[in-house]
Amino acid sequence: MFPGLTASGNPIDPSQALAPMDAKINKQLADVALNAAKSKGASYADVRIGRYFNQFIITRENKVLNVANTESFGVGIRVIANGCWGFAATNDVTQAGMVKTAEKAVAVAKANAKIGGAPVELAPQQGYGEVSWKTPLEKNGFEVPVKEKVDLLLSTNGIAMQGGANFVNSNLFLVNEQKYFASTDGSYIDQDVHRIYPSFVVTKIDPGAGAFETRRSLSSPVGMGYEYLTPLDSEKVTGVTTRYKKRYDILEDIKAATQQAGQKLAAKSVEPGKYDMVLDPSHLWLTIHESVGHPTELDRVLGYEANFAGTSFLTLDKWKSGNFNFGSPQVNIVADKTQIGSLGAVGYDDEGVKCKKWDLIKDGILVNYQAIRDQAHIIGLKESQGCCYSQSWQDVQFQRMPNVSLQPGKTPLSVDDMIKNVEKGIYIIGDGSFSIDQQRYNFQFGGQLFYEIKDGKIVGMLNDVAYQANTREFWNSCAQVCDERDYRLGGAFNDGKGQPSQSSAVSHGASTALFKGVNVINTKRKIG
Amino acid sequence: MLLIQKERSDNMAILNKEEAQSLLKKVLSYSKAEECEASINGSEGGNIRYALNAVSTAGDISTMGLRVTSVFGQKAGTATINEFDDAALERVVRRAEELAQLAPPNPEYMPMLGPRTFAESITFNAATAAMTPDSRAEMVAKSLEVTKQANLTAAGFLENATTFNAIMNSKGLFAYEKGTDVTFSVTTRNEAGTASGYAARGFTDITKLDTHSATKIAANKVLTSVGAKAMEPGKYTVILEPVAATYMLESMFRFDARQADEGRSFLSKKGGGTRLGEQLLDPKVTIYSDPFNQDLPGSTWSGDGLPLEKTMWIDKGVVKNLSYSRYWAQKKGVNPMPGPSNIIMEGGDATIEDMIKSTERGILVSRLWYIRMVDPQSLLLTGLTRDGLFYIENGKIKFPIKNFRFNESPVIMLNNVDALGKPERSISVESYRSYLVPPMKLRDFTFSSLSDAV
Repeated sequence: MFPGLTASGNPIDPSQALAPMDAKINKQLADVALNAAKSKGASYADVRIGRYFNQFIITRENKVLNVANTESFGVGIRVIANGCWGFAATNDVTQAGMVKTAEKAVAVAKANAKIGGAPVELAPQQGYGEVSWKTPLEKNGFEVPVKEKVDLLLSTNGIAMQGGANFVNSNLFLVNEQKYFASTDGSYIDQDVHRIYPSFVVTKIDPGAGAFETRRSLSSPVGMGYEYLTPLDSEKVTGVTTRYKKRYDILEDIKAATQQAGQKLAAKSVEPGKYDMVLDPSHLWLTIHESVGHPTELDRVLGYEANFAGTSFLTLDKWKSGNFNFGSPQVNIVADKTQIGSLGAVGYDDEGVKCKKWDLIKDGILVNYQAIRDQAHIIGLKESQGCCYSQSWQDVQFQRMPNVSLQPGKTPLSVDDMIKNVEKGIYIIGDGSFSIDQQRYNFQFGGQLFYEIKDGKIVGMLNDVAYQANTREFWNSCAQVCDERDYRLGGAFNDGKGQPSQSSAVSHGASTALFKGVNVINTKRKIG
Repeated sequence: MLLIQKERSDNMAILNKEEAQSLLKKVLSYSKAEECEASINGSEGGNIRYALNAVSTAGDISTMGLRVTSVFGQKAGTATINEFDDAALERVVRRAEELAQLAPPNPEYMPMLGPRTFAESITFNAATAAMTPDSRAEMVAKSLEVTKQANLTAAGFLENATTFNAIMNSKGLFAYEKGTDVTFSVTTRNEAGTASGYAARGFTDITKLDTHSATKIAANKVLTSVGAKAMEPGKYTVILEPVAATYMLESMFRFDARQADEGRSFLSKKGGGTRLGEQLLDPKVTIYSDPFNQDLPGSTWSGDGLPLEKTMWIDKGVVKNLSYSRYWAQKKGVNPMPGPSNIIMEGGDATIEDMIKSTERGILVSRLWYIRMVDPQSLLLTGLTRDGLFYIENGKIKFPIKNFRFNESPVIMLNNVDALGKPERSISVESYRSYLVPPMKLRDFTFSSLSDAV
């Protein structure tokens, strides 16, 4: 689920973001905590010292509404004692704080053990010694002067207003997670993770008709530095509108968006019925997230999320059968936490497991789930798949979605060639409204731009489009996937799960794909 | 199984009015800006989560934060901190002043307000503030008794918090409030996975929460939901239980004048302006806010220092008031009107049983799920039914039915009101905010497709 974004943490001077945590000091502190936990009877312990920086720049039209730098620093300690988990966290990152917090975590585990339940079965994990990982980036966004970032957003807004927009909002959101992980397995892992998300919404009003339309940016949140905002022609996908791979041209996109918001006001309202859907990666990522990413989360399958996020139709018996047909043979979907530039990419997860890539759906068949160390044995794995994540030092880590992506088609196929063979279809670009049931069967998605395809040609823009489908029927209707030339990532900063809810960032890759005979509804309503 | 324990070294518990006033005075004494506002908030409480009939996580959380806004002309900067020694207090003020000097002038900036008197809120309950990990565990045990006896599986969440907020500015304004809140939700399922039930409760006063009876309601939904039949989607008369109605209406409870004036709201008028004064909904619909409602007490002051009083938003279907920020009010030449701190929808006397009896053909909806905006212009929403859906014929529940997806606007829905029941405090299943909303019987609710989800 995606709740709204909120700013949290404490403001800091930008210069402070440049000084990384000292790994040597962190190792000493972590050892103090691990020893304290062991001396109190823990059979396993891990320590996460985390420093989380965010920067938000929020503008509308010619105004800057907010510039905020925030910081949050502290440590979370998790232990197993008497067969149960215990967790405690503090922002007192001193030797004394480490000891006290480790002891508290052990006390919590022991108290919990009295309630009973099956002992934790932790998949073995080798220690890696002292290792480090950093998001490959060319330009740290926190080092770019605030003025330069403000100017870019205000220039973006200026283009929209000159182009006839009535309103425009643009934002830039930077994230830096500095995480030091240590465990009794002998790992000391220092990681420096960066993410960036530029976005805008442009609004055009038709006061006479009492109507308004918006067009959101075709950018994506990514696991990159500020270089994402340096346009590069080779990273553009041209066509009915320009889309972006690893570099985003915000000034070009706002210009197109302003025109398209106006075109949407005048566009033909869709005739409901069955259509062949050509879905761009800027749209399809969200359908993948909701209909493939979530139902393959093992904790949902087992029932741990029943009261909030829900369960899953992909029950263990379907996986065990070895022949559960999830989609057509064109459908190959992988989980991957190693993909450079993605939101989920890290070197090691939040319980010290080196990140990897594995198949979830192979040639249309369900072959695997997403699991962490204490779940691996349930699906017969000897080691974790490295899907453990916590949104901060003060929240406990649990199973979160890795990047889940549709693999490109193996036969050369361009979007133009795909469209040529569509008789009656709709081409959707950008994500819009989204909703799916608690077991992930029935979904409905909107979009940003809808183009009508007739007899192999795009004939104009449509409006009021949403499609509804059953997950399995939808993926079985997948007839073609374009080749790797069209492959792009989409994603979100704010995937919500758990009670209390935690937020996680995740990417989903795809090439444009064709789905046959999908049910399209018209969403236009009149009120009073 | 996993227990969470959090401890913050900044834990100073809940400050009383005098302590908060004294701390804020000290913060302001460091200010060199033309205007300065300091606010402090704290929260103390805990939670317990369970799944598969066993506790999965539990935690105690205590946090406090200070926020300072410094202003030079129209240039404002904000900084926050969670350390409270003198050096830290001075540092956060200096930081806010530095940020203010770096910020471009904001033409929408409004000067801070001077001193005012605010009524004491009734949002605090001592029994709720006294909850402990043990008392939470006991309440969960009472819930689990029900599901274990009925051979069902429960997953649930219980959370309580005591909070305080205080604000002071260099023009002499000071306000303080303290409150408590507890929410409980439980999902019950049968072993075969063919039926599911749900109950949710939210209170200021913990003594009103009965987890045993709430879980019984959820369990009963499961027991009566086995063997659900598929029906054709389409337009049906529906009876929405309060937890379903609350979630459906939540996105409508923003009565913002600026969005409406700008032409991008369901409250925008064709040709320009707002729908203030117009008959928007059925005359049976009246919606207001009242900080002094005993069942749903709210804040008595807004974040920008305005008093919150009983305010009518929809009176017999007519849009009576819209909220105006201080900037927008000045631009439009009207008085500022802060948004609601709670929402109360009036109802009638009908019970759900009465509504069923008077229904020839209809559907009883227990809960809605994953509601998202499809079109902000008409407020068209989509989402699904969940945890108990029943077909009604000739005044009786005939059989359980499979879940539907709906596409419906609360504005259209509240023009099709047949009957309203007695309002009850109910929580939104996504935001966990509490509202007072009646059960409602509505004509022509649009279900658009079937879902296999249980």
